[in-house]
Amino acid sequence: MIRLDGVCKAFGPRIILNGVDLDVADGENTVIIGRSGSGKSVTLRCIIGLIQPDAGRVRVDDDVVADLDRDGLAALRGRVGYVFQFAALFDSMTVEENIALGLKRRRFGPEEIADRVRESLALVDLAGVEGKLPSELSGGMRKRVGIARAVALRPRYILYDEPTTGLDPVTTAVMNDLMIRTRDMGVTGVIVTHDMGSAFTVGDRIAMLHEGRIRQVGTADEIRATADPVVRQFIEGRPDPAVPAASGRE
Amino acid sequence: MRRLEALRAPGRIEFISQVGRWTLGAARALADVSVWRPLVIGHMRRLGVDSIPIAVFIAVFTGIVLALLASYIFTGAMPLYMVGALVGKTVMMELGPVLTGMALAGRVGANIAAELGTMRVTEQVDALETLAYDPRSYLVVPRVIAATLMFPVITAFAVAVGVAAGWLTAINLLDLTSVEFFKGLRLFYRFKDVWFGLVKSASFGAAIALMGCLKGLSARGGAEGVGAATTRAVVLGCEAILVLDAFWALVLL
Repeated sequence: MIRLDGVCKAFGPRIILNGVDLDVADGENTVIIGRSGSGKSVTLRCIIGLIQPDAGRVRVDDDVVADLDRDGLAALRGRVGYVFQFAALFDSMTVEENIALGLKRRRFGPEEIADRVRESLALVDLAGVEGKLPSELSGGMRKRVGIARAVALRPRYILYDEPTTGLDPVTTAVMNDLMIRTRDMGVTGVIVTHDMGSAFTVGDRIAMLHEGRIRQVGTADEIRATADPVVRQFIEGRPDPAVPAASGRE
Repeated sequence: MRRLEALRAPGRIEFISQVGRWTLGAARALADVSVWRPLVIGHMRRLGVDSIPIAVFIAVFTGIVLALLASYIFTGAMPLYMVGALVGKTVMMELGPVLTGMALAGRVGANIAAELGTMRVTEQVDALETLAYDPRSYLVVPRVIAATLMFPVITAFAVAVGVAAGWLTAINLLDLTSVEFFKGLRLFYRFKDVWFGLVKSASFGAAIALMGCLKGLSARGGAEGVGAATTRAVVLGCEAILVLDAFWALVLL
């Protein structure tokens, strides 16, 4: 289980997270929605220890992330995979080398590495691209390789940073399907997105981050039926909470 | 008391703490031998072997100019075989290491800063961390070791080529024979001339690679940030060469 207790983070004078409390239940996809700059990606980075919170606590299983030493963080990152917004593939390496890199760090043998690379590429329907460089792949393919790289380590959790941003509707559907499939394999997902269609499709629970705090958490149906004007405004995509949605959009 | 108060100022404490953290991190990264060792040879080729042409190019013209300059200075004042002494001494001890270092500060320092800066702004460095790699072990240590090992090799090439260029200039353009040139070359030669230049160049390699890594890894904000980091890495690399040059002169001469 991932638990955030009163997590605060500021960059200079700008307060990004101001007491985030969130529980991510095992075996579920929890989607974090919120406006640009609301701190969604910062929250993910706090969970995997790329950023240390100024206050509050992030707990993954029995570990408090801020208390982990170098080896503890390395062990945590074996349990938590991270899919970056723009995939963040190593552009000088082939797809196979990208996926194998994390496995080599864990000292798997060459056969085990080859098997896992093959399996994870098959999972994301990209068998046969092992020898290609990231620059030879489309944006959607790169993101799927990013998922394959995370899945190859067989993590308990995967953190997805804007997995469908910039993708066409068909590729978005493929990504949504992948996130559901990984959840069905028992992997807990934390997904940060602006894309409400994707959020409602993949999310078992949806949390709205607003002004540095969690504004509301609920199932997709609860969020759809929310009476909270800020959450309503966001899911309906209206510019101002006081302005009713155009009739065509409701 | 004033010193203590100055140390307590938040900026200085933070700086000292940063330096401490960096030193500790670098020491830990060195212990990750299994991570950096397989990468060193590749970087030695890329940072070192590929830099030999530019070093040789600079050395050729340095040797020519030095021979002509020495002839201009010594004619009528000193025996002309002193051209060999001046070319040998200055190329081995100063111009070989420093000019090669300056050229490589541009080539190697910029290369490292741009590469690591691009990796930083495209989240590849973060991706490395999420795969449980310490970026210092994977990115910094192999580059610094490769540059430290390869700069003396490149400098040795440059020195040999520079002296050869000076000799060819002396026998073809000046009124000097090979025997006279090598008489001058041997006259003041000491083995220290060679290792002094090579020790200096090793320290230049370490400094240039370190500046490139530090500036590259601290790049922010896209292409402009990478450009700024690259420029800063080259400038800092050149400054480090001049400071180290003076340091080694004070310590070893």
